[in-house]
Amino acid sequence: MNAASAIPTVELNRNRADEGGPVRIAVKRLNFYYGSFHGLKDVNLNFHDRQVTALIGPSGCGKSTLLRCFNRIYSLYPEQRAEGEILLDGENILSPSIDLNELRSRIGMVFQKPTPFPMSIYDNVAFGLRLYEKLPKSELDGRIEASLRKAALWDEVKDKLKQQGTGLSGGQQQRLCIARTVAQRPEVILFDEPTSALDPISTGRIEELIEQLRDEFTIVIVTHNMQQAARISQFTAFMYLGQLIEFGPTNRMFMNPTERRTQDYITGRFG
Amino acid sequence: MDASPTMTAAPRRRSGRVRQGRRIADRTLRVACTGATLVGALVLGSILVMLIVQGVRGFTPTLFTNPTPGPGSEGGGIANAILGSLVLTGIGIVIATPVGVMAGTFLAEYGRGSKLAALIRFLNDILLSAPSILIGLFVYTLMVRPMGTYSGWAGGVALAIIAVPVIVRTTEDMLRLVPGTLREAGAALGAPPSTVIINVTWRAASAGIVTGIILALARIAGETAPLLFTALNNNSWFSANLMGGVANLPVMIYQFALSPYPNWQGLAWAGALLITATILVLSIIARLVIKPQTSR
Repeated sequence: MNAASAIPTVELNRNRADEGGPVRIAVKRLNFYYGSFHGLKDVNLNFHDRQVTALIGPSGCGKSTLLRCFNRIYSLYPEQRAEGEILLDGENILSPSIDLNELRSRIGMVFQKPTPFPMSIYDNVAFGLRLYEKLPKSELDGRIEASLRKAALWDEVKDKLKQQGTGLSGGQQQRLCIARTVAQRPEVILFDEPTSALDPISTGRIEELIEQLRDEFTIVIVTHNMQQAARISQFTAFMYLGQLIEFGPTNRMFMNPTERRTQDYITGRFG
Repeated sequence: MDASPTMTAAPRRRSGRVRQGRRIADRTLRVACTGATLVGALVLGSILVMLIVQGVRGFTPTLFTNPTPGPGSEGGGIANAILGSLVLTGIGIVIATPVGVMAGTFLAEYGRGSKLAALIRFLNDILLSAPSILIGLFVYTLMVRPMGTYSGWAGGVALAIIAVPVIVRTTEDMLRLVPGTLREAGAALGAPPSTVIINVTWRAASAGIVTGIILALARIAGETAPLLFTALNNNSWFSANLMGGVANLPVMIYQFALSPYPNWQGLAWAGALLITATILVLSIIARLVIKPQTSR
């Protein structure tokens, strides 16, 4: 099967740029270290503009680590470091001269566990806006409503914007976090297993939301759930032991993977 | 089982003996623990009963309105000591709160894992259990001697030094309970660390930090030793000038209880009851503050 499928893969790979549109983020020879542990090994990967790219692989394979490189959130921890290049619209965001706060306002992140701040729903969404823009009240109100609508939460919270964000249900909290991220109008949104702490109905809503957000944002999502990756992503990257094993359009990755390990993982032989 | 009674008898008896031994150990431990609890409760209970009985007896109609009476005279109150105590603990907590909260924040947020933070934490723990009389002597050499007089300011500083380590410790502990993902979420929005600390982590830990401050307040409200060398006492009315001795409840209790005059002794009991009740109220408030957060 290896010989047989090798040929169409090459063709697919060649066509990838056409299918995916322009490249938004290019990862080049990325290596990542947790102290002395080599967490990512020579990863090369492109992320396409306004597409959903899913990162899959067993626990500890480095998919979250890769995600955390894009907004350099790892730099909160002094023992973690990345080497190589990550080009966002051609600019290397791993360069020391990058302003981290500005970078993070361009690349939003939604975490596994909902992280509403201990403040009102309104203030939660306004948090990111107030950091970089001095908006008049009316405009701020408008941006907050628009963000909550985009996160499909407006109808549920429009009458209780002054209530604590922590009082919402888990699924609502996660959509609040998405609204908070969207409000900043980032270019890229990173999702780190955004539904693994949620029930199936909330999960469904978040997935629909991600589909819609694709119109405006480039999305990278880490997920343990392969059906989820198949449902919502256009591209899938399979990682294993810190290496990128295979990358391609999601359909091909699931229907006809080139690599033995990808197939084994997708069919549930390990992971 | 019935087929071979002799075979099963031996292991059964042995398992029975083991069970017996365990039962004895279990019962002994339970009796010992219950007994120790009873002894402790009895001692504390009798102190409390004694305090309430004698304290209520010492209450006079003019307790809250009149200053302390002269030796051997009748009547009078402890109004000056109450007011003085309020002012001294007020000074203490006003100084200790910003220092303690900031230092606790340094340990939990900025100094995480650094050697300097580990050293400061160690020193703070020593200070937490330092004998309070040492702190009184320290402030005596630092403030009272150079100034040439006992003063309310020195008393307030001494109380602050006792309150700071309590606040540092609780602030750090409470900030550490804030999940790291909340800090990451703040940073991921492009917020600088100061914004994340002020608007996210402090807020998330606010109930715990306030509780720590209230408990520190309760701790210094009853401190006597640090005031002996600093604020000392004053039997006249409280004045806005904090230079010179300032009347306060703990030192008043100390002096009046040792006096030969029944009137003074009665006032000392009343003052002791008042302090105890205040600490009780503060502890209840501390519990109420922390409750809404833990129940969520």
